[in-house]
Amino acid sequence: MKRYDGRAVVDGLDLVAERGAVTAVLGPNGAGKTTTVECCEGLRSPDGGRVRVLGLDPATRARDLRPRVGVMLQDGGLPTGARPLELLHHVAAMYARPVDVAALAERLGLGSFARTSVRRLSGGQRQRLALALAVVGRPELVFLDEPSAGMDPQARRAVWDLVGELRADGVAVVLTTHLMDEAESLADRVVVVDHGRVIAEGAVRELLRSHDDRTLRFSAAPGLTLTGLAASLGGGGVPPASGAHGEHAAGEHAVHEVTPGDYVVTGHVDPHVLAALTTWCAAHDVLPYAITVGRRTLESVFLDLTGRDLR
Amino acid sequence: MSSPTGAGAAPAPRRVLAQTRFETRAILRNGEQLLITLILPVLLLVALVRTTVVGLTTDGATRVDVVAPGVLALAVMSTAFTSQAIATSFDRRNGVLRLLATTPLGRGGLLAGKVLGVLAVEVVQVVVLGGVALALGWQPDPSGIGAAVVAVLLGTAAFTSFALLLAGTLRAEAVLAIANLVLVVLAVAGGILVPAGALPGPLAAVASVLPSGALGEALRAALQDGVLAGGPLAVLAGWTVVLGALAARLFRWSS
Ligand SMILES: Nc1ncnc2c1ncn2[C@@H]1O[C@H](COP(=O)(O)OP(=O)(O)O)[C@@H](O)[C@H]1O
Ligand SMILES: [Mg+2]
Repeated sequence: MKRYDGRAVVDGLDLVAERGAVTAVLGPNGAGKTTTVECCEGLRSPDGGRVRVLGLDPATRARDLRPRVGVMLQDGGLPTGARPLELLHHVAAMYARPVDVAALAERLGLGSFARTSVRRLSGGQRQRLALALAVVGRPELVFLDEPSAGMDPQARRAVWDLVGELRADGVAVVLTTHLMDEAESLADRVVVVDHGRVIAEGAVRELLRSHDDRTLRFSAAPGLTLTGLAASLGGGGVPPASGAHGEHAAGEHAVHEVTPGDYVVTGHVDPHVLAALTTWCAAHDVLPYAITVGRRTLESVFLDLTGRDLR
Repeated sequence: MSSPTGAGAAPAPRRVLAQTRFETRAILRNGEQLLITLILPVLLLVALVRTTVVGLTTDGATRVDVVAPGVLALAVMSTAFTSQAIATSFDRRNGVLRLLATTPLGRGGLLAGKVLGVLAVEVVQVVVLGGVALALGWQPDPSGIGAAVVAVLLGTAAFTSFALLLAGTLRAEAVLAIANLVLVVLAVAGGILVPAGALPGPLAAVASVLPSGALGEALRAALQDGVLAGGPLAVLAGWTVVLGALAARLFRWSS
């Protein structure tokens, strides 16, 4: 737990990161992501609770943790007068067996601005340099606070590739982000935080599944008699309470005509359900002119979980 | 990025040495820092020796023999205090202190690197200023070199403590203004260039217990007369203890 001005900004937040996996801490601005990771980095001290990083308390075992943990701060922390390549060499000198600096610089495209002072770099260039500094010492664990903020798509791709490689090398990667696509394509596990608490967590796939299934939409003649369709899609046929984002057990389906001629099937959707739908259509002499299976995105799950208000 | 884990830290001396080099280069490459640590002291040395715009009581000594130790003292103050306060406060504001503290360097190594960086720049200053002064006819007393080294080390300790106290507690913009102002005020009225005794009235008494007056006095005693001046050195030690304790208590690593 961490309080600022008597207000708990992080409270009861459980976070477990595994080796060889990317854990994304996803949450809106002010959710407490930075506060949380900086408590893990030993840069802030929690007012309560227990933090263990690689089994050690960052407050008392900082010296043992520093060589093993790589950090990319949200606010950069780069000396403004330094030049990128020189700074990378400098930080590499703090470690016994740093990675090959030239190769790392090449990977992250630092060469094009290697001798420009940090002061004159763009946001995305600074981010790339900061990422290089976080990984140059071969850490076992890296904390990346909003790593791709301000990057163009090419740079973001390079960062994603590097993160993927770290994972393949067995590094535990913890990254914070408010970008859904980043969490969705990078993370093995997502921890959604808001107001300093975990409001959902799990593998991306699980999160997408548990927060409402895919939807199946079809368009056909308006005013179809839908009796029996829900049941034929898998039995049960008890419609879920409207507006709930709860789980649907396989076999519980509901069919609504949302606007005349547009029908939405909610519930578990898989190829069998699709086949059952077309079978029902054949039996009732209905020719749908469009059938789409929509997948929920992490973004819509996120907005449902955290609300749509700006903070 | 081949083999993943278990890299470990480089040995501590190597880390501190790397940080020392990094800090030294940062000071010597920054135009404003170079101006106050090297260019202005050289100009001041030449101007004070070659012109008589500023009247000096030399008590029979040559002008350069009085001026050179004072300019060296000023140079120490500009590096250990002004330059260090400004650099550290901006590093703090920009999060550099936090970031470097997450590397194996740690906070202790960072501080050690900064202090050694100051000493390295001072070596450059002594070589340049000493060379110019010798060219102007300076004849320092060789028997006082040991005492001069002690004075420079104690002066550096006192002024660096002061620098860190400011840099670790105030906003960077405020530190920038204060550090430059203090440099100018102490240069004119702090007994560093002009001996405290030559200052008007009560200023003489005040200046001799300031770190500036004490450092100027100790260096003049050492290099003019070959004497280890106990009083001024005790004053510097006292300031180091007080300012160092305050800095250790009040320094904040992040802004
Ligand atoms: N040093 C601080 N002093 C006071 N409040 C702070 C401080 N740092 C963070 N906060 C507050 O704590 C909350 C969480 O901030 P932060 O962890 O930075 O969120 P995030 O990284 O998720 O955007 C915010 O409301 C922020 O204003
Ligand atoms: Mg943040």
